[in-house]
Amino acid sequence: MAEENNYLLEMRGITKIFPGVKANDNIDLLVKKGEIHALVGENGAGKTTLMKILYGLYDSDQGEIYFAGNKIRMTDPQQAINLGIGMVHQHFKLIDTLTVTENIILGSEPRQGVAINYREARRQVEEISNKYNLKVDPDAKIQDISVGMQQRVEIIKILYRGADLLIFDEPTAVLTPQEIDELFEIFNSLQEQGKTIIFITHKLREVKAISDRITVLRDGKSVDSVNTEEVTEKDVAELMVGREVLFRVDKGEAKPGESVFQVENLQVKDNRGIMTVNGISFEISKGEIFGIAGVEGNGQTELVEALTGLRQIAGGRVYYKGEDITELSAREIKDRHIGHIPEDRLRRGLVTQFSLSENFILGFHHQEPYSKNIFMNYKAIDQHAQSLIQDFDVRTSSHQILASKLSGGNQQKLIIAREFRQDPELLIAAQPTRGVDVGSIEFIHSQLIKKRDEGTAILLVSAELSEVMSLSDRLGVIYEGEIVKTFAADEADEREIGRLMTGSGKEVKTGE
Amino acid sequence: METIAQMFTLPLLLISFRYATPLILAALGGVFNERSGVINIALEGMMLFGAFAAVYGSGVTGNPWIGVLYSIGAGLAFALILAIVCVTFKADQIVVATGINIFASGLTIYFLQVLYGVAGTSPRAPRLPSIRILGMRYNPITLIAVALVPIVWFILFKTPWGLRIRSIGEHPSAADTLGINVNRYRFICVLISGALAGLAGAHLSIGEFSAFVREMSQGRGFIALAAMIFGKWHPVGAFGAALLFGYAEAISIRVDFAFIPSELIRAIPYVLTIIVLAGFIGKAIPPKAIGKPYFKGED
Repeated sequence: MAEENNYLLEMRGITKIFPGVKANDNIDLLVKKGEIHALVGENGAGKTTLMKILYGLYDSDQGEIYFAGNKIRMTDPQQAINLGIGMVHQHFKLIDTLTVTENIILGSEPRQGVAINYREARRQVEEISNKYNLKVDPDAKIQDISVGMQQRVEIIKILYRGADLLIFDEPTAVLTPQEIDELFEIFNSLQEQGKTIIFITHKLREVKAISDRITVLRDGKSVDSVNTEEVTEKDVAELMVGREVLFRVDKGEAKPGESVFQVENLQVKDNRGIMTVNGISFEISKGEIFGIAGVEGNGQTELVEALTGLRQIAGGRVYYKGEDITELSAREIKDRHIGHIPEDRLRRGLVTQFSLSENFILGFHHQEPYSKNIFMNYKAIDQHAQSLIQDFDVRTSSHQILASKLSGGNQQKLIIAREFRQDPELLIAAQPTRGVDVGSIEFIHSQLIKKRDEGTAILLVSAELSEVMSLSDRLGVIYEGEIVKTFAADEADEREIGRLMTGSGKEVKTGE
Repeated sequence: METIAQMFTLPLLLISFRYATPLILAALGGVFNERSGVINIALEGMMLFGAFAAVYGSGVTGNPWIGVLYSIGAGLAFALILAIVCVTFKADQIVVATGINIFASGLTIYFLQVLYGVAGTSPRAPRLPSIRILGMRYNPITLIAVALVPIVWFILFKTPWGLRIRSIGEHPSAADTLGINVNRYRFICVLISGALAGLAGAHLSIGEFSAFVREMSQGRGFIALAAMIFGKWHPVGAFGAALLFGYAEAISIRVDFAFIPSELIRAIPYVLTIIVLAGFIGKAIPPKAIGKPYFKGED
């Protein structure tokens, strides 16, 4: 670390305090020119905050930033752009109603007099697109193109501004395995052209596959910086979590009982009235996890909403323990001990402005002992909350704080505790570990396996392919509202599933 | 039969432009601020105050053109309040704008009393000259309003400035990451809409008339908002809608219906607007970030 000169970027002693949290605590990050540098850490470790400071979206409370040897102080993104720093945000910063070209040139438009020179804009977009092999349709509107192409638009957008340092905030979160491979090829071609890349992730396999060096953050502090080739995935995971981690999900053989849940030729429309679930059939037995893998937006959301009574079913039937539950309301379904872990915990899982206690009884609030006649029994509600906080390891200072104050992982544990407490015989879990830290993922996975072993039938819908593959006993791949193929867990092949998820091989439709 | 024939005459169409003028101007202003993500239901109050200021300026100086400048200044003054409170300090846009409307109503009545000692109608002030086109007399503000339509269209859809305005109304944090100062653009857009609404007021008081009458804007600021929505936040669409509303007003005033009350005829455009808003005739999709103050660093 003696010769400082080959660092393109030095961030030293960065501290950022938000009300109540030290998001960044004396962090050091050193990035060499031309390298692919992975910035890893659990959710809430401070990765995104650190990058937003670098990009001028936040102001740091302490610390110094040197870029290409010069001390800089970032006050707004324009300054970062001028210095040649570009960022691809986790949630794309694209305007749906504008075209690809308009999104790219926005803010530094080529002009002809007072008007935008669209001809020149288009030419420049095509030039960058060809140079780095980033295929886009310059005239398409963002709302009409795939997520993969949207990401390429983001990359062109920062290259158009002459970025030399490219920051990617969890770029693979929304991509299929094939798209991830393509992205890594793009990384390589960027690196060949002399660009430097900072790549935020918590997926260690990707870190190993693509990065040159790794900086690990934990609890807002920088733990270590290492060369990728000198460490294993396990080493990095332990640096991230601060203890040993179980990588594989420990699960025994499933002992499926009789079939309890049957879905027959289900059809569901989305909000626009388009049939997004198009004749799905499957069944789940007691003590079995059936997984549904697929790229988001292929009907999973509508499927889960339909099965839990939140969305009207357009066709087909749903049976639970021999009873036709197709037409039942959400409460009637819940009353039959069908648990639901919704995909969006903030919208559907919690009332974030209610206390933990209150959140723990949502859906059961009308039952004794939590309420009687027209009164709530807060004593019972609080006791209930305290015992669940214990049992499910929800990290909180009190059961009276607002649910919005919990971290994502702990919010998810709250929901799982609530749904498990009613002893569901069928559990519908949608994206159960989305945006949750490694430690909580481990806990949630083991809880799901435990429930399965107790005889619960579980439907697991997840965009995280590795999650579906490691937890499921059987799994189906969903594409454009149809289950294109089902596998037994031991014969599932990641490559093939990846292909099916993106629609290739749709015609090779096989049954059970 | 004769009545129906009367509804579709050239003079009636031509006079519609006069009735539509304040709607066109305020709707164009509305397009600016709503495209940038700010709701402005204070167009009504800005128009009313503009109408008063025009008469005052014209009366004091004897020059109606100075009156026009006064009206623009008056609209700007109210817009400045809205911009500072809602854009800079991020207060609720509806509440503040409602306050401005009530304030405008009270303030103009107060000024009538203090400056002229009257309660209802101000003394006469010099009015703008009129120009004859196709046999119809127009005051210059009508011509300005019509000329502004392609200009606003050009600004919004052909210039970098317009692209930025449209982007911050849809996804302000995206614009921010590209170095666009979201709140500065919004501030300016609110000021533009205030200036146009004020000018619309001058049309009412010294364009078509030569005095100020209390509450003379008669809800036209709100009707302009309806025209803007009917026109799907597009300057040409808003112009068309404003013209339709102006036409309906012209019919209700100029055509004598034997058995249908003219108020019912005037209501037709608003029924149309409700139908459009309910989504029966194509969908009117507002800018996505509308009404939400922008805080830096949010997603």
